[in-house]
Amino acid sequence: MQANNRLFSILVPVISVLLGLIAGAIIMLISGHNPIAGYAALWRGAFGDAYTIGETIRRTTPYILSGLAIAFAFRANLFNIGAEGQVIVGWLAAVWVGLAFDAPMYIHLPLALLAAWVAGALWGFIPGLLKAKLGVHEVIVTIMMNYIALYSTNEIIRSILTNNQTTTEHIPASASLASGYLQSITMFSRMHYGILIALFAAVVMWFLIERTTIGYELKAVGFNPHASRYAGMNVSKNIIWSMVIAGGFGGLAGAMEGLGTYGTITVLASFSNIGFDGIAVALLGANNPFGVIISALLFGALKEGAGEMPTGAGVPTELVDIIIALIIFFVASSYIIRWAITRFKKEGK
Amino acid sequence: MGYVIEMLNIRKEFPGIVANDNITLQVEKGEIHALLGENGAGKSTLMNVLFGLYQPEAGEIRVNGKKVAITNPNIANDLGIGMVHQHFMLVEPFTVTQNIILGKEPKTKTGKIDLKKAKKEIQELSDRYGLKVDPSAKIRDISVGMQQRVEILKTLYRGAEVLIFDEPTAVLTPQEIKELTGIMRSLVHEGKSIILITHKLKEIMEVCDRCTVIRKGRGIGTVDVAKSNPTELASLMVGREISFKTEKKPAEPREVVLNVENLYVKDSRKVDLVKGLDLQVRAGEIVGVAGVDGNGQTELIEAITGLRKSESGTIKIHDKNITNLKPRKVTESGVGHIPQDRHKYGLVLDYSIAENMVLQTYYQKPYSKAKVLNFKEITEKAKTLVAEYDVRTPSVFTKARALSGGNQQKAIIGREIDRSPDLLIAVQPTRGLDVGAIEFIHKRLIEERDKGKAVLLVSFELDEILDVSDKIAVIFDGKIVANVKPEETDEQQLGLLMAGSNAKAGEKNAGE
Ligand SMILES: Nc1ncnc2c1ncn2[C@@H]1O[C@H](COP(=O)(O)OP(=O)(O)OP(=O)(O)O)[C@@H](O)[C@H]1O
Ligand SMILES: [Mg+2]
Repeated sequence: MQANNRLFSILVPVISVLLGLIAGAIIMLISGHNPIAGYAALWRGAFGDAYTIGETIRRTTPYILSGLAIAFAFRANLFNIGAEGQVIVGWLAAVWVGLAFDAPMYIHLPLALLAAWVAGALWGFIPGLLKAKLGVHEVIVTIMMNYIALYSTNEIIRSILTNNQTTTEHIPASASLASGYLQSITMFSRMHYGILIALFAAVVMWFLIERTTIGYELKAVGFNPHASRYAGMNVSKNIIWSMVIAGGFGGLAGAMEGLGTYGTITVLASFSNIGFDGIAVALLGANNPFGVIISALLFGALKEGAGEMPTGAGVPTELVDIIIALIIFFVASSYIIRWAITRFKKEGK
Repeated sequence: MGYVIEMLNIRKEFPGIVANDNITLQVEKGEIHALLGENGAGKSTLMNVLFGLYQPEAGEIRVNGKKVAITNPNIANDLGIGMVHQHFMLVEPFTVTQNIILGKEPKTKTGKIDLKKAKKEIQELSDRYGLKVDPSAKIRDISVGMQQRVEILKTLYRGAEVLIFDEPTAVLTPQEIKELTGIMRSLVHEGKSIILITHKLKEIMEVCDRCTVIRKGRGIGTVDVAKSNPTELASLMVGREISFKTEKKPAEPREVVLNVENLYVKDSRKVDLVKGLDLQVRAGEIVGVAGVDGNGQTELIEAITGLRKSESGTIKIHDKNITNLKPRKVTESGVGHIPQDRHKYGLVLDYSIAENMVLQTYYQKPYSKAKVLNFKEITEKAKTLVAEYDVRTPSVFTKARALSGGNQQKAIIGREIDRSPDLLIAVQPTRGLDVGAIEFIHKRLIEERDKGKAVLLVSFELDEILDVSDKIAVIFDGKIVANVKPEETDEQQLGLLMAGSNAKAGEKNAGE
C-alpha cells in the first residue's frame, strides 16, 4: 500500500505536467505555431548550452527555497502565502548587511545569510504568533505581511540605503555568493554558489521533518491538534515554529537574489513572484523537499527557456506563462487525476 | 418472505489483508438482522461494500432479488439502502433540517430551497417513528444521541427501506440505548429492514431476529436469535469459550495515589460542571466512576490530565500537587490516560501505528536522542506492543486510520498501559470492543491493579463498572454523591443514585 502511495504521489505531478504541456501544444497549434519547434526552442533556451544551463540553475535556486518555505508550513497544515514577503525582507536584510560593513568573507557572508534567515523568520513569526494565540487565519495575515514587506522595503531602499535612488550599490565581494569558477564553466552566466545552499536547505528540511522529534511534533499538530495536546505537545509553540522555519527558508530565497544573482536590491514595482511561484513549486513537488527540488528545476527551466521561444520559434512569451498556468491548474486539480487513475485501475481489473 | 438484501460470496481485499472472504448475508424484509464478529472481522467493510463505498473483488449483491452493481452511495440511496455510520457525518453549524436535506434540497417554483416544506416533512418523519428531533436545532447544540437520530432521519428522508447501523450504541448512554431500541422496533413495524452491527450480545438477544456471525473475514453462519443464547453467539464469534464474569482476587488497597479535593471545573461554555468534587484512588484498587453522561465526568478527567483548567480545589498524585500542570507534566508524574474519544485525542490517524505507539514517549530515550528519532527502536517497540495487545494490523507501518475501531482502541490501551503509570485513567476503555477483547482489556486493568497501580475507570456501562471496580463512586451533577461497593449494590440501585434521586440511600450503603 505504501509503495502504491509513493507511486501515486510521483505519478500525479508527472501526469499534470504532461497534460499541461499537451494543452500548451494544442494552444500553439490553434494560434498557428508549430508546437514541436516551440518546445524545441524552449528546451534550447533552458538546456541548450552551458550558459543557458547556468542561467536555468540560477533561476531554480530561489525557487527551491521559496518552495521549501511553502512546503514546510504545509506539512504542519499551515498555508504560508507569505513566502513572497519573506523573500523580499530576506533580500533586503542580506543586502543591507552586505553593505553595512566590511569583514572577512567567512564572517560577512554567513552573517548576511543569517540576516536574511532572521528577517524571513520574523515575517513568519508574526502570522504564526497571531494564529497560535488569537486564532487569526495565517492566510490573511501572510497576505498583509506581503504588502508590508513590499512597501517598507521600497521605502528603506529609497531613504535609508540610498539617497532617493532606486537601486543600492553593489555588495562587496566578501558578502557575495557569486562564483568566478561557476561563471567561467557556464560561459559567464550568473550562476552562483547559492544552489549549494538551496540543496543543503532541502536536505535540512527533509531531516527536520522526517527524522527529528521537531518534525514529528509539527506534523502531529498539523494532523490533529487535539491528540497533540493530549500527548503533551505545545500546539501554539509548534505552530509558531513551523511558520518561523518556513519564513527562514523564504528569507534565504531572497538572499539568493540579493547576494547571488544581483548583488543589489532595487525598488520593486510589484512583487518578485518568487514567493508566489513557490506555492506552485511546493504543490507540484508534493510538499516533499526532494520533490520541491525537481519541480523548482522545472519552473526554472520553463521560465528560462521561455526567452528562446519568441526568437527561436516565434511563439510569444505569454504562451509560456499560459503553459505554466495550465500545469499549475492540472496539479491543483490533481484529485481529478487521482480519481481518474483509480477509476482506470478498477476498470482494467 | 423474500430477501430484501442478499450479499452472496462477497470478497474484499485490502493490501496485505483479506477483509471479507466469501461472506454471505441474507436479510429478510421486516427483520432486524445482527452482524456479529470480533474487532477487525470485516463487518464495517462488508457494510461499506453494500453501501457502495468499496467495490468487492468477487461476489454478487441482490436487492429484492434483482442483481445490482452498487458503485457509489448515491446508487445505494436510490436502491433504498441507508447507512448510519460509526462516526457521524454532520455539518456542525447547520441546523438539523439543513443537514438532512443537504444534497437533496426541495425547491420552490422560483428555484429557492424550500426550507418550510423540508421542515414539515422532517417533523412528520420524526413524529412517525418517535424520534423527537427538533428540525430547527443546530447540530452542535444537540446531544450525541440526537445527532444519531438526525443520521437516521437523513436515511429515511432519502427513502431508505433498509437501514444499516454500524455500532450505533457504542456512543450512547443506557437511556439513549433504550430509546434507540424503541426506534428500531417502530422502524421494522413500518416495514423497514435493519442490519445492526453491535458487540453487545444483550442487544442482539433483545431486538434481533437473526444473527450472521463472521470471524476473521469469513462467514461462520446465520442463527435464529430466539433459538440461541449469548454464550453460543460469543463462542461462534471468537471460536472459543468466553467467560463473561471477570475473575479477580479481592483488592489490597494501599496508599492514596490520586487525591482530588473540592474540585471546581467549568466547561467550554463557562458553566460549572464539576462542583466541589472529592475523589480518592488508592494503589492496588480500581475505582469505577458511574454516572449518566454529562454529569462532569469528561471535565473531571480533563482537569486531572491537564487538558482543562481547574477553577479551584486541588489534585494530587502521591502528595505532589498537579493541579493545572501541563499535560506532559501530568503524564510524567505517572498518569496514563485512555481517552474517551479515540479519534480526537487518542490517535493521530494519519500517523502509522508505530508512530502512534510512541505518542507519549517519542521525546525520550531510546526513541529519540538529541531530538533525532530512532526508527529502529520505535518500530521494535510497536511490534512488541502490537503482538502483546493483539492489535490486528497488516504491519506497524499501516496508518492508524486503516485499522478497525476496536484495533485502534487496543493500540491506545497498549501504549498507555505499557508505560506502567502509577495512575491509569481509563475512560470507556472497551467502547466498541468485541467480547473477547473486552475480557482481555479487563484482565489487563486488573493486572495493573494487582501490580499495585491505581486505576480510575469511567464508564457509562454499569455491567463494566460492577464487574471490574473494587469501589464505585457515583457522580451526579458534578459531585460524587455516593460511594458504594460493587458486591453490595446492583444496577437498579446504581441507576437511582445516578439519577440523583436517592443520594441518601447510597450514603447509608457506603458502609466504611
Ligand atoms: N481502508 C482500509 N485499508 C486497509 N485495510 C483496511 C481498511 N479498512 C479496513 N481495513 C482492514 O480490514 C479489516 C476489517 O476491518 P473492518 O473495519 O471491516 O472491521 P470491523 O469488523 O468493522 O471491526 P470493528 O468491530 O473493530 O469496527 C481490518 O483488519 C482492517 O485493518
Ligand atoms: Mg467497524
